[in-house]
Amino acid sequence: MLTKRGQTGSDISFASSLLILPLACGWFMGRLLAFGIWLVALGTLAFFAVSQTRSGWWFPEAISTHSGALDGQMKLTLTIVGIAFLLAQLALGYVVWRFRARGAERAHYSEGNTKVEIICAAVTAVVFIGLAITGQRVWIGLHLNQAPAEAVQVEVNAQQFLWYFRYPGADGRFGSTSPKLYNEADTSSGARPGPLGIDAKDPAGKDDVVSQLLVIPAGRPINLTLRAKDVTHDFYVPALRLKQDAVPGLKINLHFTANKEGRYEIACAELCGQLHHQMRAYLEVKAPADYEKWLQDRAPKQ
Amino acid sequence: MFSVRMLALIFLTAALALSLSCGGKKEEATPSSNAGPVWKPTGDEGNITGVISFTGTAPAPRKMEMENDAACAKLGDQFLDDVLVKDGKLQNVFVYVKSGLPQANFETPSTEVTLDQKGCKYVPRILGVQTGQALKITNSDDTNHNIHPTPKLNREWNESQLKGQGPIVKKFAKQETLIPVKCNMHSWMLAYVGVLSHPFYALSAADGAFSIKGLPPGEYELEAWHEKYGAKTLKVKVDAKADAKADFSYDGASAYVPGSLKVQPALVLP
Amino acid sequence: MTEQVHIAHAPTSFIRKYIFSTDHKVIGLQYFFLALVAALTGMVMSLLIRLRLAWPTEQWPLLEQIFPEGFKGGLMQPEFYLALVTMHGTMMVFMVLTTAPQSGFGNYFLPIQIGARDMAFPVLNALSFWITLLSFLVLTASLFVAGGSSLGGWTFYPTLSAIPSTGPGQGLGADLWIISIALFCIASLLGALNFLTTTLNMRAQGMSLMRMPLTCWGWFTTAMIALLAFPVLLAGGILLLLDRNLGTSFFNPGGLSVSGTLIPGGGGSPLLWQHLFWFFGHPEVYIAILPGMGATSHILSNFARKPVFGYRAMVVAMFAIGLLGFFVWGHHMFISGMNPRVAIAFSVLTLVIGVPSAIKTFNWLGTLWGARIRFTSPMLFAIGFVSLFVAGGVTGLVLGQTALDVVFHDTHFVTGHFHLIMGVAAIFGIFAATYYWFPKMFGRMMNEPLGKLHFWLTFIGVYAIFVPFHILGIAGHPRRYADSTGYEFLRALDPLHVFITVAAFATAAAQIVFLFNFFWSLWKGKQASDNPWEATTLEWTIATPPPHDNFGAHEPIVQHGPYEYAVPGAAKDYTMQTEP
Repeated sequence: MLTKRGQTGSDISFASSLLILPLACGWFMGRLLAFGIWLVALGTLAFFAVSQTRSGWWFPEAISTHSGALDGQMKLTLTIVGIAFLLAQLALGYVVWRFRARGAERAHYSEGNTKVEIICAAVTAVVFIGLAITGQRVWIGLHLNQAPAEAVQVEVNAQQFLWYFRYPGADGRFGSTSPKLYNEADTSSGARPGPLGIDAKDPAGKDDVVSQLLVIPAGRPINLTLRAKDVTHDFYVPALRLKQDAVPGLKINLHFTANKEGRYEIACAELCGQLHHQMRAYLEVKAPADYEKWLQDRAPKQ
Repeated sequence: MFSVRMLALIFLTAALALSLSCGGKKEEATPSSNAGPVWKPTGDEGNITGVISFTGTAPAPRKMEMENDAACAKLGDQFLDDVLVKDGKLQNVFVYVKSGLPQANFETPSTEVTLDQKGCKYVPRILGVQTGQALKITNSDDTNHNIHPTPKLNREWNESQLKGQGPIVKKFAKQETLIPVKCNMHSWMLAYVGVLSHPFYALSAADGAFSIKGLPPGEYELEAWHEKYGAKTLKVKVDAKADAKADFSYDGASAYVPGSLKVQPALVLP
Repeated sequence: MTEQVHIAHAPTSFIRKYIFSTDHKVIGLQYFFLALVAALTGMVMSLLIRLRLAWPTEQWPLLEQIFPEGFKGGLMQPEFYLALVTMHGTMMVFMVLTTAPQSGFGNYFLPIQIGARDMAFPVLNALSFWITLLSFLVLTASLFVAGGSSLGGWTFYPTLSAIPSTGPGQGLGADLWIISIALFCIASLLGALNFLTTTLNMRAQGMSLMRMPLTCWGWFTTAMIALLAFPVLLAGGILLLLDRNLGTSFFNPGGLSVSGTLIPGGGGSPLLWQHLFWFFGHPEVYIAILPGMGATSHILSNFARKPVFGYRAMVVAMFAIGLLGFFVWGHHMFISGMNPRVAIAFSVLTLVIGVPSAIKTFNWLGTLWGARIRFTSPMLFAIGFVSLFVAGGVTGLVLGQTALDVVFHDTHFVTGHFHLIMGVAAIFGIFAATYYWFPKMFGRMMNEPLGKLHFWLTFIGVYAIFVPFHILGIAGHPRRYADSTGYEFLRALDPLHVFITVAAFATAAAQIVFLFNFFWSLWKGKQASDNPWEATTLEWTIATPPPHDNFGAHEPIVQHGPYEYAVPGAAKDYTMQTEP
């Protein structure tokens, strides 16, 4: 009634058995599986290693003051994770290699070992919780501090499928806006109410500057206020190591300091509709003097 | 055991039928037909001609901001074309017969009306089609667009048209003036489509002139519509084989608050 | 060793026996085949998705013939791409990963493994299946309505999902999605009640809780999670349906303008949905994986010819994962605008949940230590499960950290992570269970060499697909992008997309080996004995395939734990649970 151990019996035709016969053999299978697991594990790590040497296949260049600490934590975590992955796969390959069936010999009867169990759990818990706690430093710096008072204020407005950036102008105050005033069709410079619905009657809004480019000075803290008109979007600048949802109905603050001049891409990272993948804008980090000049050139003519 | 295999077969057949039915058929919008016979010209039709004049000051040309899209930004300076005034004449006013026509079905033209996306604008900005007439939408730009009409009576749709993609042909089933058409990718892009059940409509040219030809004799209510300055109506009497005059005048100071402000009803009950 | 039992009251007509059956075994098979159809549909969708990502500007006239709306002018439309992304996710998560391991194998084997005649509520059980089938049909129907399926993603965040004018597919397609999911929630709730009652009340004499196989513990824990998680999604779905159709504003904060049209209403919050969804969504991950963990433990022990290492710890770990799973949903929302202080608590709890997961991995390795492994197809897939579980699990340590999630959130690093652990690891669990129980369910053996070939192609294939996803994420590639060619920082990744697509097609082709093996064995496979794997649990004590009322008049009396292999002094190397 019972079939023979191991189920190595094949019931397909002789010719095809010959082709796949080696796969069915226990000794061979154990060796092959061990090699297969090791190969996959080492291949995975090799893939990561090679990617680091290729341009565009690893983290983009970092240009914000918090990115050093963040990338450090990232490196630490990826190393620990890589080691854990490798050890587990090596161990799995090893037991598969070593403990294959041998004739009628029986396995070692054991229902477990509480001591080993507790030690393993404790070591894991220390490593994991340690990582969780050290990982909070950058987060606290980013999100639990207020932006300094002298920070450059920019309001980020997201909508399907573009970004508008608003600067408060010389008076340092944003003019009031209303959804009832939105005029999507007129994106001309200095348009009132324009796509953001800036109330022309509010004197604070007279000198507001609206742009489709985010231009910021290098080395100065920037305080963004994220808003969304229609659906949830996400302000994502890979080079800044920043990502934050812009949620309808919420004003979300985000502050950072960029320290390298240049032109970087802004993407939307939260699914927002059919052309989500096209919702791109540019971040231009300029020298402070160039930034001031740009802002003055853009200011609405009174 | 045979029957358990039957179970497997049933599921397989269902899956196959499902996958075969994937190539769903396109639905065609059919015009809603009015009561009455098909209208035929009798030979004693007249015309309406007119000029749209403009008083006051037209808004200064405003440069479009298109930095979000490199393909649009590289086109250089583009100006907003919602108000086109030249020598005191207003272009792009949509004039159509609002009421007074005999109860009849007007033949749907077999010609296509083309709406192109060119230079990150809709060309033309204002256009008219008849119910059931083919509207061919093309993309001549080096960028991706989506076309999103927001009608009140017709079915709303929203489709992408990628760069290099062939034309999209659409029809509108019901009379509706005028349907805003938008591109969500380029918020400044705006067109208006007037859908009419008859062929008696026209658009004012650069010199403000328009003409509606082949109207049966009768009294009509004529409406002129401009996206920024609103609608004006006029009673016109057309005599047999004669030209009737209908001039409209707009004033620059009368512009209503800009914006496409429409509030969607919270709950539409049938 | 089989007893030929007279079957009382077994229905005889085909319809009563195989269509509107209340037999848990038939219902299990119905679920299984439904999941198979859904898996194939979901797989075809993923291939279309890959096609677009590898060659975004390529024209496919042949596909235009099949999908005239999706491939206008031969180009895949971004809205069709997103509809496929939504449907692939929904199909796979609900109709495959929730349906096959829990409702499919659970239904078939839970009653048998605990020595019961049927589920506690057989009619309710049948009802669960038919509601699930209806849910599947409603979901599929959304592909064919005007505008197509919703493009909101399987997470269905409002306000994108709450306002019909936000995109094509957000009209009727989105309503159908919600209705389908609501039906699925109801079916899963009924199913969970049935599983819990059956496990607690229907066990045979001597089958104490701690003598249950780990598979039963997997199904039991999953049912508890499902009972607590699905009502929350159901409530969320109903609120969303009200928002969309009756003018309420649970998720609408007011002052919204879509395409220049003001949307009425206000006072709600889009974040509310995210909380409701992820309160369900994170436990759902464990709903998908826990039955696979159970099956893996079971199969590893069987073919290692050795008891499970630390049975009690395995049970505790499973429960810990299930419990902690309800306190970590916020890690999906670190950057959602949620209070950043709360994020820290969620982050720490998330990494804590790694501890019981690691314990399970240690115990699987411990089970294999000192074993005498028989390398059968189910065993290969179970070992593959362990490998993939580790590969997908370790990146959770990266994503669970608040600051690092800022970098990786909504990038392909996440896609790679959850596909490895929740997708293919769970699928490997399903494959292992299929190869393992096929002889019992259908009375025939599956072909071993073909099974091994299938394992190797799939094992290498899934690593080749999903490891590069992590690199995409590291380079910053966002998820759900129909086209990445517009971004300078993503240009260098184009060859990686092509590589993944080629690997995906190869791996999908390898599944033909499985399908062929499955259906060929159904008719032509070698006749299976009652206990071909020399296993110990109750399903192997009865005839193959099992009779209508499982044990007939002879209710089993359980004498041993579930994994008594290689007991010193015993006559053979396995002691069945019913042996005196």
